[in-house]
Amino acid sequence: MVHPVKLHRSDGFAVLKVAIVAVVWWVAHSALQPVTEWLAYDLIGLARNSHLGQSMAFFLYDVPKILLLLSAMIFLISIVRTFFSPERTRALLGGRRQGIGNVLAAMLGIVTPFCSCSAVPLFIGFVESGIPLGVTFSFLIAAPVINEVAVVLLYGLFGWRIAGLYIASGLTIAIVAGVIIGRLHMERYVEDFVWQLPAAQGGFEEHLAWTDRISRAWQSVKDIVGKVWLYVIAGIAVGAVIHGYVPESALAGIMGKQAWWSVPAAVLLGIPLYSNAAGVIPIVSALMEKGASLGTVLAFMMSVVGLSLPEMIILRRVLKPQLIAVFIGTVGVAIIITGYLFNLVL
Amino acid sequence: MLNIKILGSGCANCKRLEAVVRKVVAEKGTEAEIEKVTDYAEVMKYRILSTPGLVIDEKLMSAGRIPSETDIARWLAQASAQQSA
Repeated sequence: MVHPVKLHRSDGFAVLKVAIVAVVWWVAHSALQPVTEWLAYDLIGLARNSHLGQSMAFFLYDVPKILLLLSAMIFLISIVRTFFSPERTRALLGGRRQGIGNVLAAMLGIVTPFCSCSAVPLFIGFVESGIPLGVTFSFLIAAPVINEVAVVLLYGLFGWRIAGLYIASGLTIAIVAGVIIGRLHMERYVEDFVWQLPAAQGGFEEHLAWTDRISRAWQSVKDIVGKVWLYVIAGIAVGAVIHGYVPESALAGIMGKQAWWSVPAAVLLGIPLYSNAAGVIPIVSALMEKGASLGTVLAFMMSVVGLSLPEMIILRRVLKPQLIAVFIGTVGVAIIITGYLFNLVL
Repeated sequence: MLNIKILGSGCANCKRLEAVVRKVVAEKGTEAEIEKVTDYAEVMKYRILSTPGLVIDEKLMSAGRIPSETDIARWLAQASAQQSA
C-alpha cells in the first residue's frame, strides 16, 4: 500500500533537523581535503613524497570521508527501506512466475531491509505463501550481495562506475542462480517442517509518519555505522600502509589478470570472511592500485558478502545439505564467471 | 500479569530486544512474564518475516527491529489497561 506523503507539524521539525544536518555534512565533506592535507603535511610536517607522508594523508583523508559517506548513504537507503517491508515484498512477489519473478525478487533484494539473522523466517514466509523456490533464492542472494555498506565503500573508494558494475553483476548473479535453482526442482530438499506449517497470509503492517521514518533511518545509521566503523578504520589503516609502502605492480603476478587461479582463490577466501566486508574493501582498493585486477577484487567482494558461512549455518535449519551445496555451488560458479568476465573485458 | 514473547532464535538483535524489554518492565514496575520463543515453527505462528518479533499478550507489536523504550512502555501500558478493563 502506498500512503500519500502527508507532512504534519512534528514532521516539519524532523525534516528541518535533517536539512540542518545535511548542511553541516556538506560543509564537513567539502572541507575534508584541504584540512587533512594541512594536517598531514603542515601540522605534522610530513614530507609530501615520503612513504609515511603518503600513508598518513591517505588515512587521514579516507577515514572521515568514508564515515561521512557511509552515514549519509545509509540514512538515505534506510529512508527508502521504510517503504519496503519484507511483508510488502512478499505481497509483490506473490503469484509471479519464474523469470520475471526472479528479476523482481533480485531488485527488491536491494531495497528490502534484510539481515541474514532473519533469513529463516523470511525463507519460510516466502515459500509457504507460494513464492517459487527459485524466486525466493533470487531474493536471498541479492539481498546480502548488494549490501549497502559494500556499495557505499565501493563508491567512495573506486567511484560510481565500479559500484554500478558491482550492483549490476550482483543482480545478474542473483537472477541466474535463482533461475537455475528453480529449474532443478529442489523442493524436496527443503526441510519437511517448512511445508507442514500453516500457510500464512497478510501479517504485520505498520503505518509510518515521516517522523517515524526519519527516526528509524537515524537509528539504523547509528546501528550500522556503530557496527562497522572500527573495521573501516582498521581496513583503511592497512590500506594506507599498502598505499604508501608496497611498490607499484608488486601484486600483478599473484592477483593480476595473468594469474588464472586468482579468481577462484578469491571466492574461496571470501566464504569464511563475513562481517569484515567493511574492512576488506579499503584493503582491496589499495591492492588494486598495486596491480591486483578488478575482476578478482569484485569476485572476492561478492563472495565475502554473498556466500557467508554463518548464513549457511542459519539456512541449514530449513534447507537440506544437498540444497545448501547447490546454493553455494551455483552462486560460487556465477561469481567466478563474473570475475573472469571483468578481467577479460576491462 | 502481562505475557511478553520475544520471537527469534538467538540473533544479536533478539538479545538486545530482550534486554530493552526487561529494562522497561523493571522501570515501570510492570508485572509480566517474559518468554523467549526460538523454535521456528512456533515463531512462524505469529506470521513474521523478520526477527526479532515482540508479542505482548499474543498481539504482535513489532518485527525486524528494536522499538524505542518509549514505544515499548506505551504498549505495556495499553496492554495492562486492556487487561484490567
